[in-house]
Amino acid sequence: MQLVKRRPLPPQLARVRSGGLLPLLAILVVLLVLITVRQPDFLAPASLMSFLGRSAPLILLAAGQYFVIVSGEFDLSVGSLVTAQVVVAARLIDSDPSRTWPVVLVLLAGGLAVGLVNGLITTRLRVPSFITTLGMFLILVGAVYLWSNGAPKGGLSEEFRRFGRRAFEDVPLLGRMPYALVILLILATLAVLLMRSDFGRVLVAVGDNPRTAELSGVRVHRTRTIAFMLSGLAAAVAAILIGGYSGVSFQAGAGLEFGAITAVVLGGVALGGGRGSIVGAMLGALTLELLFTLMNFYGVSGALRPTVQGAIILFAVAVSTRRSTSR
Amino acid sequence: MKRRMAATAALILMSLTACATDEPAATPSDSSSAPAAGAGTGEQSKFFVQADYDNELALLDAAPTGPADKPWEQVLNPTMVDTATFKKAGPHKICFSNAALNNPWRQVGFKTMQAEVEAQGDRIKEFVHVDAEGKDQKQIADINDLLGKGCDALIVSPNTTATLTPAVEAACKAGLPVVVFDRGVDTDCPVTFINPIGGYGFGHVGAEFVSQRMKPGGKVLALRILPGVDVLETRWSAAKVAFDKAQVDVVGVEFTDGDPAKTKKIVNDYIQRHGTIDGVWMDAGAVAVAAVEAFQDAGQPVPPINGEDQLDFLKMWKDEGLTAIAPTYPTYQWRTPIIAALRILDGQQVSAPWKLPQPTITQENLDSYLDPNMPPLHYAMCGCTDLPGYPQRWK
Repeated sequence: MQLVKRRPLPPQLARVRSGGLLPLLAILVVLLVLITVRQPDFLAPASLMSFLGRSAPLILLAAGQYFVIVSGEFDLSVGSLVTAQVVVAARLIDSDPSRTWPVVLVLLAGGLAVGLVNGLITTRLRVPSFITTLGMFLILVGAVYLWSNGAPKGGLSEEFRRFGRRAFEDVPLLGRMPYALVILLILATLAVLLMRSDFGRVLVAVGDNPRTAELSGVRVHRTRTIAFMLSGLAAAVAAILIGGYSGVSFQAGAGLEFGAITAVVLGGVALGGGRGSIVGAMLGALTLELLFTLMNFYGVSGALRPTVQGAIILFAVAVSTRRSTSR
Repeated sequence: MKRRMAATAALILMSLTACATDEPAATPSDSSSAPAAGAGTGEQSKFFVQADYDNELALLDAAPTGPADKPWEQVLNPTMVDTATFKKAGPHKICFSNAALNNPWRQVGFKTMQAEVEAQGDRIKEFVHVDAEGKDQKQIADINDLLGKGCDALIVSPNTTATLTPAVEAACKAGLPVVVFDRGVDTDCPVTFINPIGGYGFGHVGAEFVSQRMKPGGKVLALRILPGVDVLETRWSAAKVAFDKAQVDVVGVEFTDGDPAKTKKIVNDYIQRHGTIDGVWMDAGAVAVAAVEAFQDAGQPVPPINGEDQLDFLKMWKDEGLTAIAPTYPTYQWRTPIIAALRILDGQQVSAPWKLPQPTITQENLDSYLDPNMPPLHYAMCGCTDLPGYPQRWK
């Protein structure tokens, strides 16, 4: 198959395409209406807040994945990174509350380190990122299995678990404000600010056309490596929230990389890089969670979730390929 | 070029999605999609055997023979077999083909077995353990390998029933005494098969408690680990009989893979979908705490529930004042195969099958099993307090 070489876009076309949040918002509203029809209580503050709290890990992972994808790469290692972090946290904390904060720092540093390795292998050794991160995925799965003998040991302290489980009680109007949601709001704001800074513009430029970026003096390798580190950091925070929510588990992060990539694609971000907004990626994650909630309310088996994710990825890529070749 | 890369990547993603999710593809007995006759419990399991069921329920009330303070040496309704042909001078080399060590129950059990080997150190010169890591093919190869290693006796804890049967038969033909425990095989060729009363007893005790304690006509959620393993299939099939008889509304039968994250999500989904759930039955207690947490986090009272003898559940039961019961599948059964193998090699008679008693933890005896100094994933029914290295070995 011969693909048409990409030409620079006329400015007005670029504008139409990057304003792609509207269709997503429409889907979001339709889903909300369908859910409310079935379960009117869903929009009550208490259940809405806990829904947003539960969705926080995927939204964070989608934001992390966005940095990598918009710079033209992929990160398939985040799911296994989450699992590894939860298992490591349980073993290190071993139910001792005083170790909570040191272990949180270890996890954040670990996430950054895995991202750094992913980034260096991809940029310095020129291994395609979906091979690099697929390798990292397998390495982490194997390492965790080996290290724990196949069954998680130790336990998470209640202090560690509260981030993913507890909430500020008696908040005016909202009632209950999960810690996870507060953490999400803070980090999402920081992420949006980051994308509006010079770094954000450079990141998109790198994904759009690395050669041009390079020629204009951008350090492409360093920028992409930082993107991987941000994704690793997001995975670490997600691991803290997920471990808190459900406790030690070997499947804590299973499938999350696909969830995050689906969310990013759903949010109108182009696979291959250079286009799409971080708000879109995070709204994509929210839409995906709403879709799963809707499926649950209508009694659709949870086993269909991967199928739905796969269909979304294929559909979105097909649409964007069609768009770019039809001119 | 970039588009093609994106498309390739998407394809890779698709194929990964397919293999990364090895959850059971569908829940055949899911009541929400197939409102079957009866109480929503679906078809009876093909593992269900009425005679075995009747037998196990009778065993629940039977009096064991053997020392009362050593339930791992006790037998229910013994039928002794002669083992004189296997008599051999010690010390012995005992080999053990283990299905897996991939859950806390098996970890506690295996530590108990190792401690038993240590306690019998003067009679065992070598103990060989091979872990099949939950793979049938590996265990078949493992058993085959062990046959060439000069073992005096072979202990097998099969990974799955049907697939491992030929391998166990081959081991019997090799002439050494074979002892099977925990999960069974479809052959009588081993000298004995050791297990507690079994799945029917376990499932029945939990289901009867839940259906009696919940509000009449209430909604029950049944949580199972995975399909196709006889021990677990029998638990569910006995529960199904009990629920059908009690005419409760079983709103869902779901597989958790024994994973707390997945369990919590499933229970949470059901609470959202149905508003309330009035009873929870589980075929194993490993994820009982996650199920309880789902109710707590949803701000709902915890309904009658059954768990197992894992300490995290017992502790939560006590602290939260749950309405609960814990049928057990005692880990002390890991001591018995070593004892049985040594008796067989002495030419002593052993019972075949060797049915061990299967105590139930209730509100009345909860305190005697709850040892706050042991780790959360420890099983109270390990029968290991008199073994070398207790308690440190199990921590």
